[in-house]
Amino acid sequence: MADLQSPLGVTFIPGNHGNAAGGTGVTLQERKGISLVQVTAWNNTISTVLTAIGSATGVIIQNTPGSGRVAGEKSVFGFAPGRFMVVGATPDLEQRLRAAISTDLGTVIALTHGRTIFRISGEQVEWVLAKLFAIDFSEHAFPVGAGRATLHHDIHALIQRIDSQTFDIYVFRTFARSFWLTLGHAAEEVGYLVE
Amino acid sequence: MIIKCPYCGPRDVIEFTYQGDATRTRPNPASTDQDTWNAYVYDRSNPAKSHREFWLHGGGCRQHLVVTRDISTHIISSVVYARDYIHAGGK
Repeated sequence: MADLQSPLGVTFIPGNHGNAAGGTGVTLQERKGISLVQVTAWNNTISTVLTAIGSATGVIIQNTPGSGRVAGEKSVFGFAPGRFMVVGATPDLEQRLRAAISTDLGTVIALTHGRTIFRISGEQVEWVLAKLFAIDFSEHAFPVGAGRATLHHDIHALIQRIDSQTFDIYVFRTFARSFWLTLGHAAEEVGYLVE
Repeated sequence: MIIKCPYCGPRDVIEFTYQGDATRTRPNPASTDQDTWNAYVYDRSNPAKSHREFWLHGGGCRQHLVVTRDISTHIISSVVYARDYIHAGGK
């Protein structure tokens, strides 16, 4: 399979940007070397599929809306009934899931080459993201590990909370450069660091 | 208007697409009664009170929903998955 190239190109400029007097409100990163697989269960196999995901990844989540977990580079979260995003740093993630999930249980779709993952972290992360998405980012409404499916200017995005001040945002790869620029504009006010 | 999706929680109406009146009953596909089909396709009661509607949460979990909404006030009293609504006999 072809090596994955960053879609950001010349727009990826490491260093400090925006409001210098404001310090570094958030840090922006593109997560690289990550495998991304969507697993969809049939209506009557959701619990079995979650068990299979657990056996393939070591990450077990509950069958409740938007629930998820983060374990180092690995994470799993639900974003619709019976639909789960499985993320890991191992290239064989898709094969492990396919071995654990037959078509009797559900479907496995590799999205590694179709999505770009941005990590945004820092004290001002909720403030910056609230400019872009019409959902509640406070921790009581969006707990650590949880996933959300929502829109940014009518374009689909997935978001997972990694810790109290860190989120991963999954956007379509063809939309990634535009979204990256928008993310930078939103963060200018608080000052941001690109790593 | 905020719609409380059973999966995603409260979301702005911009994430949803209206998909029509959920109170209609589709005629028997074998029926050739033109009046029956005309009423199904075109006739709407448009009541100024509580009403059941199909909505698609295309900007979130992509589930079809049945929303019970007061058309005159936009107050929403119920949101359920459309599949649950249909399996319950459309009640």
